[in-house]
Amino acid sequence: MFGYYVELAVRSLKRNPVLTALMVLAIAVGIGTSMTTLTVMHLLSGDPLPGKSDRLFYVQVTPYPSDKVPAHANAVMDYRSAMDLWGAKRADRQALLVGSSIRLHVPGSTAPPLLLEMLSTHADFFSMFDVPFQYGSAWTPDDDERHARVAVITADLNNKLFRGENSVGKTLRLRDSDVRIVGVLKPWRPSPLFYNVTGGWMAAGDTADFYGKSEDVMTPFQAGLEINDGNFSQFTCWHLPPNPGHLQDSPCIWVKLWVQVDDSAKVAAYRRFVADYSAQQKAQGRFRQDVSAVSSLMDWLTINQVVPGDVRLQVWLAFAFLAICLCNTVGLLLAKFLRRGGDFSVRRALGATRGAVVTQCLVESGVIGLAGGFVGLLFTLAGLWLVRRQPVPYADLAHLDIPMFLVTLLLAVATSLLAGAVPALRAGRVAPGLQLKTL
Amino acid sequence: MRMHPIFAALRHHRLATTLIVLQIALACAVMCNACSLIAARWHATQLVTGIDEASLGTLYLDGFEPGRANDLNARVLEGLRAIPGVTAANVINTVPFSHGSGTVGVTLDPEHQREGGVVDVYLGTPGTLQTLGIRIVEGHAPTPDDYRPAGEFFPAQANVLVTRSAANHMWPGESPLGKAIYIDKTIFRVIGVMEHLAIARSPETPGGEDWSIFAPALPGPTLAGTYVIRAKPGDIDAVMHKAREAIATLAPDAVLIRDKSATLQELRTARFANDKAMIGILLGIIVALLLVTALGIVGLASFWVARRRKQIGIRRAIGATRRDILHYFQIENFFIVSLGIGAGVVLAYAASLTLMLYHEVPLLPPWYVALGAGTLWLLGQLAVLGPALRAAAVPPVVATRAA
Repeated sequence: MFGYYVELAVRSLKRNPVLTALMVLAIAVGIGTSMTTLTVMHLLSGDPLPGKSDRLFYVQVTPYPSDKVPAHANAVMDYRSAMDLWGAKRADRQALLVGSSIRLHVPGSTAPPLLLEMLSTHADFFSMFDVPFQYGSAWTPDDDERHARVAVITADLNNKLFRGENSVGKTLRLRDSDVRIVGVLKPWRPSPLFYNVTGGWMAAGDTADFYGKSEDVMTPFQAGLEINDGNFSQFTCWHLPPNPGHLQDSPCIWVKLWVQVDDSAKVAAYRRFVADYSAQQKAQGRFRQDVSAVSSLMDWLTINQVVPGDVRLQVWLAFAFLAICLCNTVGLLLAKFLRRGGDFSVRRALGATRGAVVTQCLVESGVIGLAGGFVGLLFTLAGLWLVRRQPVPYADLAHLDIPMFLVTLLLAVATSLLAGAVPALRAGRVAPGLQLKTL
Repeated sequence: MRMHPIFAALRHHRLATTLIVLQIALACAVMCNACSLIAARWHATQLVTGIDEASLGTLYLDGFEPGRANDLNARVLEGLRAIPGVTAANVINTVPFSHGSGTVGVTLDPEHQREGGVVDVYLGTPGTLQTLGIRIVEGHAPTPDDYRPAGEFFPAQANVLVTRSAANHMWPGESPLGKAIYIDKTIFRVIGVMEHLAIARSPETPGGEDWSIFAPALPGPTLAGTYVIRAKPGDIDAVMHKAREAIATLAPDAVLIRDKSATLQELRTARFANDKAMIGILLGIIVALLLVTALGIVGLASFWVARRRKQIGIRRAIGATRRDILHYFQIENFFIVSLGIGAGVVLAYAASLTLMLYHEVPLLPPWYVALGAGTLWLLGQLAVLGPALRAAAVPPVVATRAA
């Protein structure tokens, strides 16, 4: 029976090619726009470290001496709080992070020096965030202790400087210091670049920069502070720092702390530890506000409203558009089915049940939906191509993956069945005899 | 024409009428808000910087050692001024649309209790005011004696210029001349008011895009590496091309930040590329929306005309003119679109209120609603014209035939 309905549907659709094309196009355009924006949303709001994100935490205290109790703890920390909390080693893994711009040169090369972003962090960074290596490995905690002049570089930089060859053991000149490469990363593109996300609640939806690429060079935390001394930028200060760019003893906040805590009992203990530290610092008069927080990775991304406002707006617009296309299709299907009232009453008179007529109409809408889905898929691919040409940091991420491919087809068929439901029920109400009289 | 038959007919087609009303309502809501968003984006891209953008370019060098800054400034300035076509070149800390520098929260009293907002402090060396082409509307420019070493961040004391908009924000209704601005231990004394000088970064405070201070300073270890170049508007592209090439030999010890070393017009384009893209997307959505809505109206109107062929024939047979039939469908369409617009205005304001929660947009101005309503009425009439003309062409003889 189903095969017969499909055949009937195709025949009916062929009879009115213009109307059919209009309906397919309306569904396809609606599906294309909503799936383009939904795919971007899906890529930008996903879990950057599935399976591990619930064990990673971002730690905040409030060294900034504000008069009022702030709604959020400070986005980053001052050096002393960071060293106290990191040095206590209460979590299973912990790393401080600070970024800076640095001049890089390959000794013996004639290429002009580059100005790159450097991340200075601890050895735990790599194990904590499952950072994949192509050559070599991370430095050791011992290297952290010795302020060792070693570095890990990204696949991009390795391609640029060493044409993708194994560069472990080679030397880079960072500003005036020589560092030895100990590891080269595999291409690594977390979305968002979660470990640098902070302060999103102040960005008013302008958060596209959270989706940039990772720093090109990574060095041990203290070694980085020594190599690039004088070139560090504060997040903010409450007095002008006495030595610009050297922030260790400045009234400024500039360091991030990430920790990994493996089980929930320990998480509670760790939260207590941070809260106690904050309370104690306030009691000693070093903090004016006792506001602290320990947020899991996904909570932290939510707090920072990482998905850019423009993207959220586009999703809303696209779904409003899909709703309009849907209304349109319902109207056109209604017109089509009611015009064929004669056909249906003949079928009813020959013994078809009301259900059979409804099913036939639904199959016809389903066929339109499937066709609309495939055309919509092409529109989605075209839409994503347009997104990739947009001047946004996440442009290179915009590709259709298998789940979103399936969602597209599903959405198209569901949409058209929904659109077909009301007209089909209407068509089913046609009385067997009444229409026959006028034939 | 009597409206009664139209209402009666629509009551028979409640479902179809509801659908088209719903579609028009949604289209109206989306279109009004999209127009308002486009206007907000467009307004942002029309930022007045207060400098002669068409004649200016900038170079941004980094990665040099502060100890060699004075030497670097001397070498680069000499080299730049030697390029044919360059009429002026000066050291500055940053320019509009370039990197953030000198962004600071200021207070208006020595105890730091009265906040004056977050401003950008431009540190300009002698000649920079003329090079940028800043217009002073009150007070006077700094004298040569006012230019002092920049210190670690800012000169300890300086006679500065503020923009009109910053002055109005800091001292509403008062003359800013002679007033003091405090940044930690630094004291600025206002000696003049600039018409405009846009901040370098994207503004965080709405309305704060023109809150700038121009502080006179001498080049030094902390004021080096960023240069502003002036040439005739027609020459600036060629001049900047030569300047970027010259840097490799002039300053081999520094790194040229390429995306921040361009003409001011290129930097402006880059700054607003995102807004332009969003305007394009919104315009595309509006056009697609209108097309789909028009198609919906055409489809449904054609259906109705086909269904009512016999009734139209009867009306014609008992004396209705072609014009009467045409008007019937036009009035019916006007009525349906009006219902849609009525519902659409409610939806539009609901959407606007929701948008206000998440975006920096004002409540939908009534002007855009009027525009949206007008467009939809016009679109409705255009879309229904074809089917209505076809209805008007139905001959009276149809009435005598069976269905």
